[in-house]
Amino acid sequence: MSEKNIKARAIVTFVIVAAALFFLMPSITQNLPSIWKDNTDKIHLGLDLQGGMHLVLEVETGKAIESSMERISNDLKEVLMERRIRFRHLDREEGIFTTLELASREEHAQFEKVLKNEFPSLEIKSTEIVDGREKVWLKINDKQIEAIEKFAVEQSLETIRNRVDEFGVSEPEIIPQGKDRILIQLPGIKDPQRAINLIGKTALLEFKLLDEEHSLDEAVAGKVPDGDIIAYGYKIESQTGRRVKIPYLIKRKTLLTGEALEDAKVTISNRFGEPYVSLKFDSQGARDFDRITAQNVKKRLAIVLDGVVHSAPVIQERISGGNAQITGSFTMEEAHDLAIVLRAGALPAPVRILEQRTVGPSLGQDSIDKGILSIIVGSILVILFMVLYYNLSGIVADIALFLNIILIMGALAAFRATLTLPGIAGIVLTIGMAVDANVLIFERIREELRLGKSPRASIAGGYSKALSTIVDANVTTLIAALVLFQFGTGPVKGFAVTLSIGIVCSMFTAIFVTRILYDYFVWDRNIKKISI
Amino acid sequence: MEIIRPGINIDLVGKMKIAFVASLVAIILSVLSLLLHGGPNLGIDFAGGTQVQIKFSQETTAEGIRDSLQTIGLGNSIIQRFGYHANNEFLIKTEKSSSALEGLSNKMAEALEVSYGKENFEIRRVEVVGPKVGKDLRQKGLLAMLYAVIGILIYVTWRFELRYAVGAIAALIHDVVITVGVFSLLGKEFTLPIIAALLTIIGYSLNDTIVVYDRIRENIKGARKQPLPEVVNSSINQVLSRTVLTSVTTLLVVLALFFLGGAVIHDFAFALLVGILVGTYSSVFVASPTVLVWETISPSKEKRKQ
Repeated sequence: MSEKNIKARAIVTFVIVAAALFFLMPSITQNLPSIWKDNTDKIHLGLDLQGGMHLVLEVETGKAIESSMERISNDLKEVLMERRIRFRHLDREEGIFTTLELASREEHAQFEKVLKNEFPSLEIKSTEIVDGREKVWLKINDKQIEAIEKFAVEQSLETIRNRVDEFGVSEPEIIPQGKDRILIQLPGIKDPQRAINLIGKTALLEFKLLDEEHSLDEAVAGKVPDGDIIAYGYKIESQTGRRVKIPYLIKRKTLLTGEALEDAKVTISNRFGEPYVSLKFDSQGARDFDRITAQNVKKRLAIVLDGVVHSAPVIQERISGGNAQITGSFTMEEAHDLAIVLRAGALPAPVRILEQRTVGPSLGQDSIDKGILSIIVGSILVILFMVLYYNLSGIVADIALFLNIILIMGALAAFRATLTLPGIAGIVLTIGMAVDANVLIFERIREELRLGKSPRASIAGGYSKALSTIVDANVTTLIAALVLFQFGTGPVKGFAVTLSIGIVCSMFTAIFVTRILYDYFVWDRNIKKISI
Repeated sequence: MEIIRPGINIDLVGKMKIAFVASLVAIILSVLSLLLHGGPNLGIDFAGGTQVQIKFSQETTAEGIRDSLQTIGLGNSIIQRFGYHANNEFLIKTEKSSSALEGLSNKMAEALEVSYGKENFEIRRVEVVGPKVGKDLRQKGLLAMLYAVIGILIYVTWRFELRYAVGAIAALIHDVVITVGVFSLLGKEFTLPIIAALLTIIGYSLNDTIVVYDRIRENIKGARKQPLPEVVNSSINQVLSRTVLTSVTTLLVVLALFFLGGAVIHDFAFALLVGILVGTYSSVFVASPTVLVWETISPSKEKRKQ
């Protein structure tokens, strides 16, 4: 070791610390020239420090398959009728199967031809003989099922992104997780429940005709006519002000869906000052709507949202402009949110909440304050103790500690790692454990001195003998931290990150940096005694 | 300043028997407590459920809150004070979690609004963990502990010898069981951060143990004629100064966290506190004695050569 070496090492240290400070600047002040703004960012705070919502949703891909089957079975029915292939009782069973009865082998052959040519995604699951007729069970083939599931998740992601965009949260995170889960993080969100409603609403808009020929009461009693379903709507009873459920008998076939919409806006009605949502169809949708209204004047059209009948107005006349309205007792916020989901599109399948964690901003700020206080007090205690116990050498250790903290924070900023509350605890812990490396070295130096070696030799001996111990001891803690990183989520991951970074930085400062200081003070001068 | 004078030579190995009994008692108590309580007190992270942290602007009682929640069928929830009494903060926990969009926390807020008025309370934090995720996290937590132990076993065997690794693992298990036992005795909850604390304790305890092992290994090289118990004892005494010191500095910071870190991190700091104390103890009184006992059962290669 020579003097040049000290200079070189000091420069290396200086560069590293300067780099750390460079990355830290944005967290301290906002007034920075562009060189900073382009390359660096404030330290990223976790949701538990910033406040915000963490949401894990599961896309019910099973339902997506059911709706696909519904569409396909309706199409199949029409095609079979067109081709005059006789069948009876075309039904859906268990949600994902379609069954029908064929009369003879002839029908069966024709049926298979139709399947092969026009419904490649269907395949025959099984057949059985029921009352002398052949009952065929159809299902969607596996490859298609996979494709539907994958598409459902992708489309859900896209739709949710659009919705969250409109909601105006800064830095939202929407990522797929596993096969059918979506992770959503919304930092700083003020109204979590509204966000959940907005995100999770399936928002499937369907236009269906009311069946006014058959009896509603009989249907409610149990005899639902072929091709119809019962759906419910809500109405506020004018006398009591209560919300009551009203049944409607509607035709199963969906004439038009929300997919045909080009735009949806909130408008205030002139009459009562009530908000409503005005819809504008795209060109194909406008044409379809024109046709539907022309064919069904004076009939009632049910506007169904997520299976609930919103309203069922009478079609007064043919509507060719491609405009429609959804009225009802909305609050301004409800109308606004409905417009958002209609614009963003429907979710292809419903979503369920698997996990939700929301931290209010006041708690977040609290946690930051308390965390910083712990770091400061913890550091002061350790610094004082080290000076008390090891005198000037203690100050060397303290300088290393101080640099350590800067390096850790700088590394966090540079790697865009997220700082969480357990992460702050990790920093505090590192402060306590960082001095361990110094303690190991100092105790060795003391031992060497006691054996009668010169100061220079004692320092050299102390460092070299302690080195392997320090490495061994820290590697094991590092293993634990890495395992935590792998298996932990959210705040716990943040802890693993700061712990790992802390260990690496503390090894660096203890072994490399303090040595520079010692060598500087001891090398050139003939020091007889080290203050330790 | 020196807490431990150099040249100290406490007969620690001689006290092995007493230490063994003490450890055994602690472990038995821990296991008993776990059995009595039907396992560890799992927080919603692992058991699933809903947890809401609410701060009231005025003095409130758990009973008052319970009456309010009774109206929505949540009268059976666990209601605890959170943090210092003056904070008027409570934690409401229930096993139910709703995967529907209209969450339980909303219903709770509505019920409380009726009883207390909207301005008089603030929902600080909501956590909802569905059963699927709870199961996921349980598995992850256990796997994490398992992999950490395996990783450490491999590393220590590679750097030292198998018997050292066994001693280290024995110390680890000792520390984890006792920490979990203390938590169980005090009725504290197991959450994800607590698992993080346990893994940290594992790492820290190992730190300690390895420093002792390192010294033992160094001394064995130099003193082939000396019986192992003597070597172990003097090794431990030589590093005693460092062991005590590191524990002191680490404890100082953990105490800072414990008292100043706030209620959210409180249990985590407590786990660390217990773990560090027990971890230091185990490096001296569990890890090294295990090496000795192993040695008498199956002497190391070096001894066999002699």
